[in-house]
Amino acid sequence: MSGFLTALGEMFDTATIASIVAGASGLLFATMGETISEKAGVINLSVDGSMMLAALAGFVAAFHTGNVWIGFPAAAAVGVAAALVVAFGNIKLSLNQVAIGFVLFALCTALSRFLGSGYVGRQPVAVPAWDIPALSSIPFFGPVLFSHNLIVYLSMVTVLVTYWFIYRTRAGLALQGVGERPEAAHSRGIPVNKLRYLYTAIGGALIGVGGAAFTLDVKVGWSDRPTLNFGWIVLAIVIFGGWHPLRAAFGVLLFGALQAFALNLQPEFPTFSQVLPSIPFPAMILALVVVNWKTLLDWLDRYPWLRSILRSDPPTAIGTRFEVS
Amino acid sequence: MSLELRDIHKHYGPVRANDGISLTVAEGTLHGLLGENGAGKSTLMKVLSGFHSADSGEVVLDGKSIKLASPDDAIAAGIGMLHQDPLVFLPFNVIDNFVLGSPGGSRLDRKKAAQEFAELCDRYGFNIDPASPARLLTVGERQQLEIVRLLWLGARVLILDEPTTGISADQRSKLFVTLKALATEGMSVIFVSHKLEEVADLCERVTVMTRGKVVGEAEMPVPPEQLVKMMFGQAVEVKDRPAVDHGAAQLKLSDIRTASGMLSEEPVSLEVRAGEVVGLAGMEGSGQDAFLRICSGMRNPRSGSVQIAGTDLTGKNYRDFLAADVKYLPAGRLEEGLIEGLTITEHFVLAGEDRGFFVDWGKAKKRAEAQVDHFTIKGTEASTAESLSGGNQQRLLLAMLPPRLNVLLMEHPTRGLDIESADWVWEQLLARREVGTSIVFASADLDELLRYSDRILVFFSGRIIGELDAKATNVDEIGLLIGGRSVDSGAA
Ligand SMILES: Nc1ncnc2c1ncn2[C@@H]1O[C@H](COP(=O)(O)OP(=O)(O)OP(=O)(O)O)[C@@H](O)[C@H]1O
Ligand SMILES: [Mg+2]
Repeated sequence: MSGFLTALGEMFDTATIASIVAGASGLLFATMGETISEKAGVINLSVDGSMMLAALAGFVAAFHTGNVWIGFPAAAAVGVAAALVVAFGNIKLSLNQVAIGFVLFALCTALSRFLGSGYVGRQPVAVPAWDIPALSSIPFFGPVLFSHNLIVYLSMVTVLVTYWFIYRTRAGLALQGVGERPEAAHSRGIPVNKLRYLYTAIGGALIGVGGAAFTLDVKVGWSDRPTLNFGWIVLAIVIFGGWHPLRAAFGVLLFGALQAFALNLQPEFPTFSQVLPSIPFPAMILALVVVNWKTLLDWLDRYPWLRSILRSDPPTAIGTRFEVS
Repeated sequence: MSLELRDIHKHYGPVRANDGISLTVAEGTLHGLLGENGAGKSTLMKVLSGFHSADSGEVVLDGKSIKLASPDDAIAAGIGMLHQDPLVFLPFNVIDNFVLGSPGGSRLDRKKAAQEFAELCDRYGFNIDPASPARLLTVGERQQLEIVRLLWLGARVLILDEPTTGISADQRSKLFVTLKALATEGMSVIFVSHKLEEVADLCERVTVMTRGKVVGEAEMPVPPEQLVKMMFGQAVEVKDRPAVDHGAAQLKLSDIRTASGMLSEEPVSLEVRAGEVVGLAGMEGSGQDAFLRICSGMRNPRSGSVQIAGTDLTGKNYRDFLAADVKYLPAGRLEEGLIEGLTITEHFVLAGEDRGFFVDWGKAKKRAEAQVDHFTIKGTEASTAESLSGGNQQRLLLAMLPPRLNVLLMEHPTRGLDIESADWVWEQLLARREVGTSIVFASADLDELLRYSDRILVFFSGRIIGELDAKATNVDEIGLLIGGRSVDSGAA
């Protein structure tokens, strides 16, 4: 019991919190990417595979050029390519999004394992640390938010920009409309399928960058399938996040915290800590149940902003096709 | 703005929805468009608003031929359409619905939009809460939102596809006042409707379509019989229905009360006998829907009992009511009654009595073909539910009803149907009285209530405030009660 409390206490260390933030960048990018894609109505189910293949591409590009900043665009390109396959297959070939995404996942996973086998154990350049001057010396917030590297800062900025774009701009409103009721968007002159290509591609780029963030920053290097299962976690967190960028970001941090907690518990409770990483899943279901509780919803109707964060409605047209006749 | 459609063709596979249509709408006129279900009215309007692109044909605006490749082109040309089912985004709030798709930079100035929205609403006497999510608006308010939006976008041709189905009488008169005001400001309005009185009241000219073709044009006023003749090629006479002896009570409600909301104040008791038809009048959401849901077992009352054909079914669920031969047809055809993506054959299989594991598709197809034929559904057994025109969706729902029923409960059984179809539907429904079916239906159409009911119950804010003998009452009396006034106080 005392071991449990110690582990819990350690969770509130500045260093632990800072490490959770530092380790979240990859999941944050990918979660924002998937959120954008699904908001526009396209489920990119290939994340677990495409993120890994992008992670490899980023690693290889950085490894051979010796320049870590070349790794990220390379990874983004792979992410975009995979996303466009999903969008094209659905829009042009009338394939089911889930089916094509799943096949793509399997393909990318196998490819990255095969193509990456020669790189296992090699070390590329890593993203250099860079403390933000002045800000990093603020007590608590300095080490937690401002003593990382550019990629970590960029992941935070991406969350804020995604939120701002979706809810505060005209284009973001159109993006939501396309995923919500495409016929209505079409009747307002919004090019539904063009936007679906665009936002699936942007989402794919972020998923790719997320992959590279793992191999070039979070856990530098290439091992056999280094991002295994993180893609599925991304898909789960998007649902947990109720398709809202801020809530999804919270989900990522919560997941990171549970992982850190599991690590802290490891010495004391070796078996229990194995179960802990799966806690985000039941926690997610519990959150969905609470958030759909009718009394709460009626009450929330009076606070639209709070409602938009707490209520988790999937975009109504998610996973469907839209065809102009 | 004057508008001319020249030789518009639009085919869906083998279906010639528009088969060479030419039509002229003069500036500042209210132009009516009539035609039977499936005539191609919505299709033509969707072509005109750029929603669908025509296979061939030309649209000429103020003497200039315009390109209508997308709704964008139509909006830019000043053509705006209010769809049969208002195309709003239900989870988004009113202001977001208002600005979505409007031109402008990426900056979204909701404050300014809200201000302009409020000004327009003021001008046309609409009262819509800008912060409310669209799903909480009534159909009438969603229409008002769309109209205001289209005006804001600078529409000079306004298309309204059956705008009066699903809105209250008040909202309708407000709509008509608005449309007339707009026409005097130079707006050209195209008004699609099945209701001849409305067209007579509102329009200066009408065009009649049948099977994808224009079959007549006329300057109003024209006697309604002549319009009917143009639409159906013959006069539709409403036959006097034979009286039917009422049998034992099929549906018996005693002291029904719900836990909260509608019907919670006063207990309701009612007996409907075999072969009897009871109409439910009242503004949308005055308690008729709650009442029908209780009768159908979709909702349980807090207290009181429900008996069907002498058996107590209080507290039982919808399946038990179905087993007792009670059937409920809700108003939302595509939301609650039919399944998008499934064909007519598949619908019959799902609704059928066969509970075997395997489906005999050959037999199912034959049966579906026969029903399509018998109910004259425009489509084939392989048509999907959403590809049918509104009227034909309603026919499909009726065709799926089991042959034997004790109680048939309906919401707006003929909403959106043309006159001939509506008459035909009632003929089918009334025939069921002979085998002892009791019918309870809610309708917003007072004439329909008067013509087909034996008794009329008037609902007002969750209570039944009047029970009338259909033969001894009239439109005015029901109208007053619907507004919550009793006859004496209304006269005073
Ligand atoms: N998307 C579609 N795919 C296939 N067929 C269609 C489609 N839309 C309409 N149709 C068919 O085209 C014909 C014309 O339909 P339309 O909706 O224009 O009729 P309408 O005159 O508006 O009828 P209603 O009064 O019932 O609304 C119908 O036979 C309909 O089944
Ligand atoms: Mg129509």
